[in-house]
Amino acid sequence: MAQFDIIVIGGGHAGVEAAAAAARMGVHVALVTFDPATVGAMSCNPAIGGLGKGHLVREVDALDGVIGRAADAGAIHYRMLNRSKGSAVWGPRVQADRHLFKRSVQSQLAQLSTLTIIAGEAAALRLSGERVAGVDLADGTSLEAPSVILCTGTFLGGVLYRGEVRREGGRVGENAAQRLADQMRGADLPMARLKTGTPPRLDGRTIDWACLEEQPSDGEDWTMSSLAPGRMNPQVFCAITRTNRESHDIIRANLDRSPLFSGAIAGQGPRYCPSIEDKIHRFGDREGHQVFLEPEGLGTHLVYPNGISTSLPEDTQLAMLRSMEGLEQVDMVVPGYAVEYDHIDPRALSRDLQVRAMPGLYCAGQINGTTGYEEAAAQGLVAGLNAAARILDRDGPALDRANSYIAVMVDDLTLHGVSEPYRMLTSRAEYRLRLRAANADTRLTPLGMALGCVGEERAAWFERRQARLEQARSELDTELSPRELAAAGVAIDPVGAKRTVGVWLQHQAVEPDALTALMPQGWDWSDPVVTEAVEDAAYAPYLARQEAELKDLRANDHVALPVDFSYEDVAGLSNEMVERLTRARPETLAAAARVPGITPAALAALLVRARRAESRAA
Amino acid sequence: MTDTIFAVSSGTPPCAIAVIRISGPDAGDAVRRLAGSLPDPRRASLRTLSDADGALLDSALVLWFPGPRTATGEDLAELHCHGGRAVIAAIQRELAGFANLRHAEAGEFTRRAFANGVLDLAEAEGLGDLLAAETELQRQAATRAFSGAISRQAEAWRDRVLALGAQIEAVLDFSDEDDVEDLPEAFFAETEELAGQMAEWLERPPVERLREGVRVVLAGPPNSGKSSLFNALVRDAAAIVSPVAGTTRDAIERPVALGGVPLVLVDTAGLRDDSDDAIERIGIERAGAQLDRADIVLWLGPEGGGPMGAVEVSARADADDFEAKPSASHTVSIVTGFGMDALERDIVERARSILPKPGEAALNARQRRLVGEAVQAVQSLQPAQDFLTMGEELRIARRAFDALLGSASTEDMLDALFGRFCIGK
Ligand SMILES: Cc1cc2nc3c(=O)[nH]c(=O)nc-3n(C[C@H](O)[C@H](O)[C@H](O)COP(=O)(O)OP(=O)(O)OC[C@H]3O[C@@H](n4cnc5c(N)ncnc54)[C@H](O)[C@@H]3O)c2cc1C
Ligand SMILES: Nc1nc2c(ncn2[C@@H]2O[C@H](COP(=O)(O)OP(=O)(O)OP(=O)(O)O)[C@@H](O)[C@H]2O)c(=O)[nH]1
Ligand SMILES: [Mg+2]
Repeated sequence: MAQFDIIVIGGGHAGVEAAAAAARMGVHVALVTFDPATVGAMSCNPAIGGLGKGHLVREVDALDGVIGRAADAGAIHYRMLNRSKGSAVWGPRVQADRHLFKRSVQSQLAQLSTLTIIAGEAAALRLSGERVAGVDLADGTSLEAPSVILCTGTFLGGVLYRGEVRREGGRVGENAAQRLADQMRGADLPMARLKTGTPPRLDGRTIDWACLEEQPSDGEDWTMSSLAPGRMNPQVFCAITRTNRESHDIIRANLDRSPLFSGAIAGQGPRYCPSIEDKIHRFGDREGHQVFLEPEGLGTHLVYPNGISTSLPEDTQLAMLRSMEGLEQVDMVVPGYAVEYDHIDPRALSRDLQVRAMPGLYCAGQINGTTGYEEAAAQGLVAGLNAAARILDRDGPALDRANSYIAVMVDDLTLHGVSEPYRMLTSRAEYRLRLRAANADTRLTPLGMALGCVGEERAAWFERRQARLEQARSELDTELSPRELAAAGVAIDPVGAKRTVGVWLQHQAVEPDALTALMPQGWDWSDPVVTEAVEDAAYAPYLARQEAELKDLRANDHVALPVDFSYEDVAGLSNEMVERLTRARPETLAAAARVPGITPAALAALLVRARRAESRAA
Repeated sequence: MTDTIFAVSSGTPPCAIAVIRISGPDAGDAVRRLAGSLPDPRRASLRTLSDADGALLDSALVLWFPGPRTATGEDLAELHCHGGRAVIAAIQRELAGFANLRHAEAGEFTRRAFANGVLDLAEAEGLGDLLAAETELQRQAATRAFSGAISRQAEAWRDRVLALGAQIEAVLDFSDEDDVEDLPEAFFAETEELAGQMAEWLERPPVERLREGVRVVLAGPPNSGKSSLFNALVRDAAAIVSPVAGTTRDAIERPVALGGVPLVLVDTAGLRDDSDDAIERIGIERAGAQLDRADIVLWLGPEGGGPMGAVEVSARADADDFEAKPSASHTVSIVTGFGMDALERDIVERARSILPKPGEAALNARQRRLVGEAVQAVQSLQPAQDFLTMGEELRIARRAFDALLGSASTEDMLDALFGRFCIGK
């Protein structure tokens, strides 16, 4: 029987990062997926990044992951969302050519010598007692490994819906993983159903682009991955159209034929990314909704209409499309559909994404109730790193809410569970002032280097960058007197105390360019390293204020709550609190505080109890 | 398993009746072993308490309150026994001998009530004040905190801060999706109104004045009659009185309640520049320090010679060498009692105006600090500001309320709080 250290099931974004992360750490990984040709496929929107999601991509990239480089390899349109707001909430986003993206993913995987890709359906987990021991494939072969990472996306018990049509499957054109789903349900793991949807695809040659407002790529030179050599592909335009009253009438007249409203789909869909029929239903007073027409690639005429995910019947979809400006003659190549699928209640996982009830089994990606490539990729990375660290007997990555969006997501999932597909938002991160997309390398690459998941190329690049960053920081610490500023032409009262450059930059009257003459030769304010140091200085007072809070948090993180902590025995917890805590099994008091509905009083009761348990153990 | 705690929760023995409280899962068992059986819940029953060998300990009223709807949230028993030291000691010794039972630590009953959700933090603080309350005004203010007025207010503020924060977050996370445009116009009117409301609470007198008493300092040159007046006001010969100039060296403090108002009267060394006595000079320095901390100064020296706002008192009105100050507020004699009632009434009236009004909840120092942080954060929001730092300020405000209500409480804070309770409460 073939033996591996880790078997990853599913070649989607989660599976790819999981397999690659573990292989980067040098362990032997098998990636089992239905069809190796679909590894790295984007099942829905051909875009990577966005608000909150862009942070995740940069963080995965900082740990030397795959998604950032693939995004640049495929990018045909770059846009920095939220540019008008503070830099900590900027959301880098690209539209990617599907084909180029997938090709980059596959070629990155091909470079990993300890990774084997195996075509096949994982039909069942092999168990030895409660522990996972390997995987049986549908063709009868078996693989052995002490760790298995499930990244099956929407394929567990997946059912596709379009109007009155219903079919089993994980994506259009692909089968569902029914046997595995049955096994998971049988194993008494907490499972639930969610739904998501995708819009129809259009033939770009039948769109009247000329009458539509164009949106060009942003013309700057940032990239998704820090290691990208620059922007590599020709950049394309998007266009914007809108739904209108007529489109809404068409949708309304056919609402009863949508499986969302006929009752066929029971699973909850994402509130933040509703289908067009949901939008019409919930915001009935709106005159229209924006639709972005995004080219799917350079070598294809397919266009992705962003904003009208739908599972209405095919004829209704076409009529709705043709009611919109620019789309009067449009041809629909593939109709939209919804998919309903099984997911595991992520509260059954510990923070390394391991299933508590089945040691050795990890889950990552949409199977944990999230939506989005970036969310999936980030979880894959976490599961892959932790599984490999366990094999190598190292500590897992030291991620926490104060150093990464990745940890925010894992913490939210494992403590709160999900009631709708989980999507990253910047407001989920309470320490977001320190979690900028632009400083992900500084935050995380050192952790990755310590863990052993960062390759030589990035490590060398990082050391160089770090030296430049230190240099930039020390330049910003140089003290200048107002006299010197005034002499350099800044309109400022020349009397007063000296201040550091970093502090002067906060001054209303001081434009960075005006200070250039006072900085060392060749100083460039737009150098990313300088920008990072300047932003640190700008947020410094806020970051300083957070320190006390973080100390508190970390103190409470040292109060461990044992896995077998019996919440029923803690007097004063309501039944609801006992149930929530028992499901989420927070590992520390700090984590318990983040379980929803846990009151201060309850927390104090836990603290008292945990202290007592600790002193008895001592 | 939680252990079961006990302690005498009435005053210090010896006393007529002492109440021993037992709280925890084994409280019922303990009562059964001491008294033979458990009385009906919430009914006072007369029982004979005896030790394991059957020897009589006492005859006592026994009350049994099954949890969780009790003062501590746990099973709770009270033994109302005779208050002699020997009896109490014997019963406690017997209890301590039971498995899983131990003597309570200071504040532990209240701490359990808090831990079991019977009290929230602000209420627990109120209870601490209530148990320490000696005057009617103190009791009223503590009752208000205990009954949750401050918690309710803090929760209401936190909800408003949350709602404001949600508007910022919507702009940050969804403005690119053409659903959310900009901040509603009323946003800054709302923050201003909220900050104003909180600031108004901060202007109220702090509750510590109630707990600690209004400081009334008697000051003036040597021999002006300070200590005598002090003794008369505290109705005790607490301070040495003599005709020698420079008798009082150290400051003497006495807490008293006049007209239901808690006061701390302070007698000080006479103030003069030319003392060549080293100890006296230290006393004079201390007097100066007392004046700095004073809420009310009774100035017995030459008119206008005292600190700003001092009450001009002409003392020793009956003395031969008495020279009235031209516009003294009070002219008094402790010998004849002349003017004393008026002076006392005036002190009480002035003190009341410094104290929280009856019927008004007051914040303690910790609560004031937290509300202060919130006010500062909310006030700092400016229309031209980065949404991101606005979000951060509102988060800081929200955390302040969480801390006020106890969510962010660290163990240290809890220890500090519960350490104030005497054992048994
Ligand atoms: C119809 C649809 C619409 C979506 N719409 C959106 C959207 O609007 N916005 C958004 O952000 N995200 C959307 N997504 C979600 C996004 O595509 C996913 O969240 C993301 O791709 C999940 O990644 P994953 O790695 O968890 O799973 P997937 O990318 O789904 O990958 C799963 C992989 O596992 C393989 N597999 C499954 N079971 C087995 C098995 N038993 N044996 C072997 N191989 C197996 C599959 O072949 C597949 O390659 C949508 C997804 C779908 C399907
Ligand atoms: N195409 C395009 N979309 C933009 C642009 N600016 C803002 N958006 C918006 O950016 C939002 C986020 O982008 P998406 O990538 O579609 O969103 P997402 O991150 O995939 O969100 P989900 O679809 O829920 O996964 C979209 O809803 C658009 O409304 C732009 O320049 N071009
Ligand atoms: Mg997306």
